[in-house]
Amino acid sequence: MPAVSKGDGMRGLAVFISDIRNCKSKEAEIKRINKELANIRSKFKGDKALDGYSKKKYVCKLLFIFLLGHDIDFGHMEAVNLLSSNKYTEKQIGYLFISVLVNSNSELIRLINNAIKNDLSSRNPTFMCLALHCIANVGSREMAEAFAGEIPRILVAGDTMDSVKQSAALCLLRLYRTSPDLVLMGEWTSRVVHLLNDQHMGVVTAAISLITCLSQKNPEEFKTCVSLAVSRLSRIVSSASTDLQDYTYYFVPAPWLSCKLLRLLQCYPPPEDGAVKGRLVECLETILNKAQEPPKSKKVQHSNAKNAILFEAIALIIHYDSEPNLLVRACNQLGQFLQHRETNLRYLALESMCTLASSEFSHEAVKTHIETVINALKTERDVSVRQRAADLLYAMCDRSNAKQIVAEMLSYLETADYSIREEMVLKVAILAEKYAVDYSWYVDTILNLIRIAGDYVSEEVWYRVIQIVINRDDVQGYAAKTVFEALQAPACHENMVKVGGYILGEFGNLIAGDPRSSPLVQFNLLHSKFHLCSVPTRALLLSAYIKFINLFPETKPTIQEVLRCDSQIRNSDVELQQRAVEYLKLSSIASTDVLATVLEEMPPFPERESSILAKLKKKKGPGAVSGNELEEGKREGGELNGAGERPGDSSAIGASNASTPSPSADLLGLRSAAPVSAAPPSAGSLLVDVFSEAGPAAPAAGANDDGFLSSAPPSVVSEDPAPPLPESDELLNKFVCKNNGVLFENQLLQIGVKSEYRQNLGRMYLFYGNKTSVQFVNFTTTVSCPGELQSQLNVQLKPVDPLVEGGAQVQQVINIECLTVFSDAPLLNIKFRYGGALQNLTLKLPVAINKFFQPTEMSSHDFFQRWKQLSQPQQEAQKIFKANHAMDTEVLKAKLLGLGTALLEKVDPNPDNFVCAGVIQTKAQQVGCLLRLEPNAQAQPGEQMYRLTLRSSKDTVAKRLCELLAEQF
Amino acid sequence: MQFMLLFSRQGKLRLQKWYVPLSDKEKKKITRELVQTVLARKPKMCSFLEWRDLKIVYKRYASLYFCCAIEDQDNELITLEIIHRYVELLDKYFGSVCELDIIFNFEKAYFILDEFLLGGEAQETSKKNVLKAIEQADLLQEVNYSLSLSLPHAVFMV
Repeated sequence: MPAVSKGDGMRGLAVFISDIRNCKSKEAEIKRINKELANIRSKFKGDKALDGYSKKKYVCKLLFIFLLGHDIDFGHMEAVNLLSSNKYTEKQIGYLFISVLVNSNSELIRLINNAIKNDLSSRNPTFMCLALHCIANVGSREMAEAFAGEIPRILVAGDTMDSVKQSAALCLLRLYRTSPDLVLMGEWTSRVVHLLNDQHMGVVTAAISLITCLSQKNPEEFKTCVSLAVSRLSRIVSSASTDLQDYTYYFVPAPWLSCKLLRLLQCYPPPEDGAVKGRLVECLETILNKAQEPPKSKKVQHSNAKNAILFEAIALIIHYDSEPNLLVRACNQLGQFLQHRETNLRYLALESMCTLASSEFSHEAVKTHIETVINALKTERDVSVRQRAADLLYAMCDRSNAKQIVAEMLSYLETADYSIREEMVLKVAILAEKYAVDYSWYVDTILNLIRIAGDYVSEEVWYRVIQIVINRDDVQGYAAKTVFEALQAPACHENMVKVGGYILGEFGNLIAGDPRSSPLVQFNLLHSKFHLCSVPTRALLLSAYIKFINLFPETKPTIQEVLRCDSQIRNSDVELQQRAVEYLKLSSIASTDVLATVLEEMPPFPERESSILAKLKKKKGPGAVSGNELEEGKREGGELNGAGERPGDSSAIGASNASTPSPSADLLGLRSAAPVSAAPPSAGSLLVDVFSEAGPAAPAAGANDDGFLSSAPPSVVSEDPAPPLPESDELLNKFVCKNNGVLFENQLLQIGVKSEYRQNLGRMYLFYGNKTSVQFVNFTTTVSCPGELQSQLNVQLKPVDPLVEGGAQVQQVINIECLTVFSDAPLLNIKFRYGGALQNLTLKLPVAINKFFQPTEMSSHDFFQRWKQLSQPQQEAQKIFKANHAMDTEVLKAKLLGLGTALLEKVDPNPDNFVCAGVIQTKAQQVGCLLRLEPNAQAQPGEQMYRLTLRSSKDTVAKRLCELLAEQF
Repeated sequence: MQFMLLFSRQGKLRLQKWYVPLSDKEKKKITRELVQTVLARKPKMCSFLEWRDLKIVYKRYASLYFCCAIEDQDNELITLEIIHRYVELLDKYFGSVCELDIIFNFEKAYFILDEFLLGGEAQETSKKNVLKAIEQADLLQEVNYSLSLSLPHAVFMV
């Protein structure tokens, strides 16, 4: 090792490393390390002052131990001492230690920053670079606060050495990424852009990364960089391979810089200046031409560097999406790569072509490669390449090739890797729907999907096929026949049973004429699967049975027999038992007419964006599905009369626990308002699309049940109370964890709320502020408790003055008594005349069950004991959901305290988790509740999730609290 | 680039460089997961894979795997050549580098990397310039050592 002998052989370190390597077992290694740690500790603590070399050596050893994966809890101070050594090598080790093992100890940070400050002002370029590297490596907020002002100055100062400029540029980039608010734009920004002209290629290479990042955030301010970048690129592209000396890499001139320049240009639209644009197009053409030239070297480095530039150029061409000629050339080039012997190139070509497929100019050109891509899907040995091929097939699919592509994807699914099956299933389902010309093909495809990959067929997929069958009467007979046949298989997937149950329950009559599929045969077929199925599927089947009684009166005795047997009517599952009891009763007492009305065929679902598409988007993240595709999805969805509602909603099934739903509402487990053909259209606005992320997660409370609160069409202001505002649920969510704030505000009126609760009693103060200068007359407010809420909550309104002067505020007191647990919120209707026009609005009063919590302190032992006691499935409600806000521990604590429970410290063994306990006080009973919130704080922002679990002695409470809380974080 | 890992065929981590703030726990988890994933891949497979929302670019040199995590819009091929250039730099500095050089002189491996990449971006791509910077630093060390007396100038060969 000749080069290493220069300088600092730290013999002790080498011996130590070699000892570690000789350790035969993990235990021996740990023993050796502990011995060394004890030794170092005693040296650091000893009376004798250590010389710089020893200090360096020990710090280096500690670093080595840390990098082996062991914890280090001392030595930071010694490392900081090394920073102020005037020996370069000691300083260097000190900085390395700090960079790897930063400690948030504020005292240390101050010392470190001090040392850095000294080095930055030392004017010694080597020291300055070390300090800048350290800032770039640590990149903490404290460092940003200390140096974000200084570094831009160093970067643009005329006398700064090139190497320091390079470090300063990237150091600033790191600080900008971690704390953009601390890096202030200023006079230096325009000078930074001009670094693109610097004669030193290294300075340009470093500076351009900074410029790209800044341009993304402030495109206007940096747009002069476009012409500079184009001319720099043009000079590189046209240079001979030796012109750039050491910046030429395997005969390719400045590949890194070229890629970065092309990347920077992707932050902007095509240049407006004709000359600049011409020059750029010339560059891109040259790059495409060079790809056709024979290679200057056989080395893979040569072709990689050359192709790196080519792919970046193609990315720019696709970004512009305005030069048909270049797009088609790019596509042809990628087509060549599809059959290249290098796996890497095939992979990248498939990936890049995916984006080309969405351009109208190159879509057709991409399609010509279909056979090659299908072949790749079948023959590539590497799953990541096959995945790319599947993506590309999806992207290039249109009406002309859909049948071929769907068939290929289906056959691939049979052997596909588990990791990509779910996504493949979604894609097949989407394509089949989007490009279905005849719906029998669509039905066949989805049933095939369930057959081949049933486990990976998510609810969205089978809901969707049902929605489509319901909405298209030309396919219903075929669908019934096909599911009937599919169910003949001895072992069929539970999802098939669900689809079969639903479709036969609706349309079994269409095939009942054939003796081979007579009503009784259909019923027996379905019932033969019953015992193998899970509870939700059984519930669905029970609903199908009651539908059968209506469709085929001759099956009534058989089905009643089934419903009557103990395993149904005394089923330990509440839901199944209730269905059996209700259906049995319904079938025995209702007249044929009533039965026919109640069990009428499902009405078409309202049009929505495909829920599967939404799921795929969620899975792949935004951007994965192009805007183009979305629009198309909508358009095609419209054609299909497609719908986003959820046919087999299990939470709606749960809603039938409520004592008086309108009888037709949930027979097939459907959300109550959807199937009632008589439901007024405005009730539609209350329906919750469970798939749209924007929609509130909790079932719309109150008004939709019985049309109880009637529905004035929103445009006409009537004297009847208006339906609750669409945003009233969202407004309500704001008040789950707090008692005071602004409940509502529009141009005329502001409503503030203040409330306090004790035991099962509450008092709320509403403040109505007139924001106009004109008085409100006939100002009246009423509170109503829709449905069962009437018996659960007692709400009394104190009168309010009917006249509200302009600019004035009036107060109203509301007394609330909680009689028993409740789910919905009372409705507050406000009416007044403003300048003669009647204003009529309805809000939800921010009263939720959690307001009646009494915090309960308990020990860890008590907590988990009670937790275990509440172990029945219906006592628990759980939700896993994405974090909507940053995971700030203090904010979370404040919210949980605001909930009204006691926040129990040191109870959960995992300190990241939160547990709470409380008792809900109602007049009728007390309900104990335990809560556990588990954040995965370590995840990347955007990936952060919570798991929320609630257990309570009364089942509806856990569920309701879970719904309320899931919206809060 | 979000991070770079060097690990051996046996899965031993030899160098780790993180360009995004992560907790030690998360770093260990990522390392474990990636080492496992990459080691499980067969030789002829492509050098790129999707992992979480990142792209992994890796290449094996003798007994060592070099593995980089880049973001969606980053260029895979140029990242492969970043790895190669780093290997060249190590090779030139150590004189036909092997895994042991990186074990025993890990601090040098970090110093060279810092000269080449900073904040996850290429700082200086010229081999000459990077090595010049490192050699200058070594020179500074020699001067210091000739001043401070009687220190061992051991070359430890294994």
